Amino acid sequence: MTTTTDPQTDSFHLSQLLYDSRYRSMTIQVVALIGFVSLVAWLVSNTIVNLEALGKNFSFGFLGQRSGYDINQRLISYSSDSNHFTAAAVGLLNTLLVAFLGCILATVIGVTAGVLRLSRNWITAKIMTVYIESFRNIPVLLWILAFNAVMTEGFPSPRDFKGDNATASMLFNDSVAVTNRGIFAPLPIWENGYQIVVIVFLLSIAAIWAFGRYAKKRQELTGDILPVFWIKLAILVLPVLIAYFVLGRPIGLEYPELKGFGFKGGLNIRRSLIVLWLALSFYTGAFIAENVRAGILAISKGQSEAAHALGINPKNTMSLVVLPQALRVIIPPLISQYLNLTKNSSLAIAVGYMDVRSTLGGITLNQTGRELECMLLLMGIYLLISLAISGAMNVYNKSTQLAER
Amino acid sequence: MNKSVIFGVLTVAGLAAGTASAATLDDVKARGKLNCGVTTGLAGFASPDANGNWEGFDVDVCRAVATAVFGDPNAVDFTPLTSATRFSALASGEVDLLSRITTWTFSRDVDLKFEFAGIAFYDGQGFLVPKELGVSSAKDLDGATVCIQTGTTTELNLADYFRTNKMEYEPVPIETNAEGQQQYLAGACDVYTTDSSALAATRATFENPDEHVVLPEIISKEPLGPLVRHGDNQWGDIVRWTLNAMITAEELGVTSANVGELAGGTDNPEINRLLGTDGNLGEQLGLSADWAKNIISSVGNYGESFARNVGSETPIGIARGLNGLWTEGGLQYSPPFR
Ligand SMILES: N[C@@H](CCC(=O)N[C@@H](CS)C(=O)NCC(=O)O)C(=O)O
Repeated sequence: MTTTTDPQTDSFHLSQLLYDSRYRSMTIQVVALIGFVSLVAWLVSNTIVNLEALGKNFSFGFLGQRSGYDINQRLISYSSDSNHFTAAAVGLLNTLLVAFLGCILATVIGVTAGVLRLSRNWITAKIMTVYIESFRNIPVLLWILAFNAVMTEGFPSPRDFKGDNATASMLFNDSVAVTNRGIFAPLPIWENGYQIVVIVFLLSIAAIWAFGRYAKKRQELTGDILPVFWIKLAILVLPVLIAYFVLGRPIGLEYPELKGFGFKGGLNIRRSLIVLWLALSFYTGAFIAENVRAGILAISKGQSEAAHALGINPKNTMSLVVLPQALRVIIPPLISQYLNLTKNSSLAIAVGYMDVRSTLGGITLNQTGRELECMLLLMGIYLLISLAISGAMNVYNKSTQLAER
Repeated sequence: MNKSVIFGVLTVAGLAAGTASAATLDDVKARGKLNCGVTTGLAGFASPDANGNWEGFDVDVCRAVATAVFGDPNAVDFTPLTSATRFSALASGEVDLLSRITTWTFSRDVDLKFEFAGIAFYDGQGFLVPKELGVSSAKDLDGATVCIQTGTTTELNLADYFRTNKMEYEPVPIETNAEGQQQYLAGACDVYTTDSSALAATRATFENPDEHVVLPEIISKEPLGPLVRHGDNQWGDIVRWTLNAMITAEELGVTSANVGELAGGTDNPEINRLLGTDGNLGEQLGLSADWAKNIISSVGNYGESFARNVGSETPIGIARGLNGLWTEGGLQYSPPFR
C-alpha cells in the first residue's frame, strides 16, 4: 500500500531541466557557459581568419628587432640601436616613474584638500570646493593639455636666457632654470667619501622610525605628546650636515649651464614629465579629497568632542584621533584612485611623454604594424601593474583595520 | 549591460569580418562615396578651406579617383588621420585610399601589406630653424632639441642621421603638424624636421616666414604617393592609372581648359586612348570610357594641380625640381596608355 505515496525518485524527465527549480539554475549556467565559450572561440577564429586574409601572422619576434628610434627620457641605457623590447622597458619605467610620483603628490594634495574642505574658514572651504569640483568634472585629458599649454606658452624658451638683452634669468643664484622645455636643476655629483654621508642619511631615517615608535609608546603610556615633527626633522638633517662638512663636502653639485642650443648639464626634468605629473596629481587629488572628506565625516562627532574635552588641540585631534580612524574608510577607495592614476598615465603621448603606451603601443606599433601583439602586451602590462598596486595596498589596508581581539 | 557588451563585441567582430572582402570598387560604388584618408591639416597638401572644403595636392588625388569612379570630384568623404593612425585606418577598411604624404618604403609595402600606386611627389627630409639661431648647416645641430612627428619615417631617418654624424639631440615627440608648429614657434624645440615640402608649407603659414630657414641638407629620400590595401589589384590599378592619367595629360598638353575640345578627337592616338575617344581603356578598369577626361576637366592635369596647390605662384612656392616631367629634366614619368 505504501508504494503509491513514495515520491518518484528514479524517473527524470527532460522538462525538469526547465521547470524544476532544483535543476533550472544549473541549466541556465551551462547554457550561458556554452554561449560564452563559443563566442570567444568564434572571435578568436575570426581574428585568425582575418589576420590570414591580411597576410599577417601572429608573432612576438619583432621585439628582438632594432627599434631605430630615439627616446628622450631614459632610466636605463637605450639608443636607436637597441631592440623594441628595450624600448618597451624604457617606456614601462617611465610609466612607473610618473605613476609613482603622481600617487605621492595626489595623496598629499587630496588629504590636504579633503581636510581643508571641512575647514570652518569659509574662504578656505570654498576654494577647496571650487578646486575639487572643477577637477572632478572636467576630463583629465583636457587638464593635461591645459597644463601643457600653460607651460609651453607661459614659460620662457632657453633662447630667452641668452645674450646681453636676455628676457629671462635663472633662479636661486643661477642654479635653476624654469623653461618651456622643462626645469634644469643642479645634479649631485658623488665624490670620494659620499658613501658615509649616504649611510648616515639611511641611519637617520631608521632613527626617525624608531623615534616615532618610541614617541607613540610614550604617548600611550603617559599621554604626553612630544613635538614629534621638529625632532624628526632634526634627526633627518643634523647628522647628515655634520657628516657632510666633516668629510669635506664629498657631494658636489653640477649646475646647468647655457651652452649651444640650450641648457647643458645638471638635472633635466622635462616638461612632458612635469605636466603629466601635475595634471594627473591634481586630477586624482580631487577624487582623493572627496574620499578623505567622506572618511572624516564617517567618524562620529563624539570622537573629536572627546578629544577636545581631554584638551587635545584641533590639529592633533585631526592627526591623532580622527585621521587614523578615517583611514579605514579612506584606503579602499584610495586603491582605486591609484589604479585610475596609473591607467590615466597612458594619455602621456598627448604631451609627448614617452611612457609604455607611447613606445610599445605607439612608435613600435606603428613602425612594425603589429597592432594585435602590441595591444595584447600593453593590456597584460597594465593588468600586472594594477594587480601589483592593489596587492600592495591591500596589505597596507589590512594593517590599518581594527584589530579584533 | 551584459547584452550591450555582447552586441558591441558582435558588431566589432562583424566589422572585422567585413574588411576581408576584396572588391573595393564595388563597395565604393554601392556607398556612392569614396572614403579617402588625408592629413589632419597641412596647407597645400590637405587642409579644409574657410568653408570646410578640403583642398590640396593630396586631396586632388582623392578627388581624381572619385571622378574616375563617379564622374564627380565631390563624391569623397575625407578622413583626417595622424601619421600614427593612418595605417590601421587603411588596413581596417575605414578608408579605401590613403593619400597622405606617405613615404613608399620596403616595409610598408611588404610587411604592412600595402600597395603604393605610384609616386605623386618626390620629397626628402629637411630641417626648419629660426634664423636667429645662426645655424647654416644640419651638421651644426649637435645638442639641438628637435620636434618630430611619431610614427613616421622622419623619426627613423633622424635617429640614423644624428647617429652616423656622431651628434646628439633631444627628440620631442608630437602627434600632428599643428602641434609641431605650435611647439616650434613657442621655442619648445629648436628645430622642426619633416619632409621638406611639408616644411615649406608649414613655414608659409607662419606670421613671419622670413625669420625661418629650411637648411640646405636633405637627409633622405621620401617618395610620397597614394596607397591601398594589398590584394585588390583592380582597385590598385584604378588608383595607379588615375595618377598616371594626370601625369600623361600634362605630358600630352591636355589641360582642364582644352580637354573638352580634345575629347572630340585628335590626330594623336595616345590622347584619343586616354580620353576614351578610341579603344576601351576605361572599360578594362571597370570604369566609364570618359573616366580620364572627367579627371582632367574637373581636377586638372598633374602640372595644374601642382601649380594650384604648392607651385611657385603659391605662398608655399615649391619649384617643380624632381617633380618636373621627365621631358623637362624631372622624374615624373608615366608608363604609356596603350
Ligand atoms: N613622409 C613621412 C612623414 C609624413 C608626415 O606625417 N608628416 C607630418 C609632419 S609635417 C605631417 O605632415 N603631418 C600632418 C598632420 O599632422 O596630419 C612618412 O610617410 O612617414
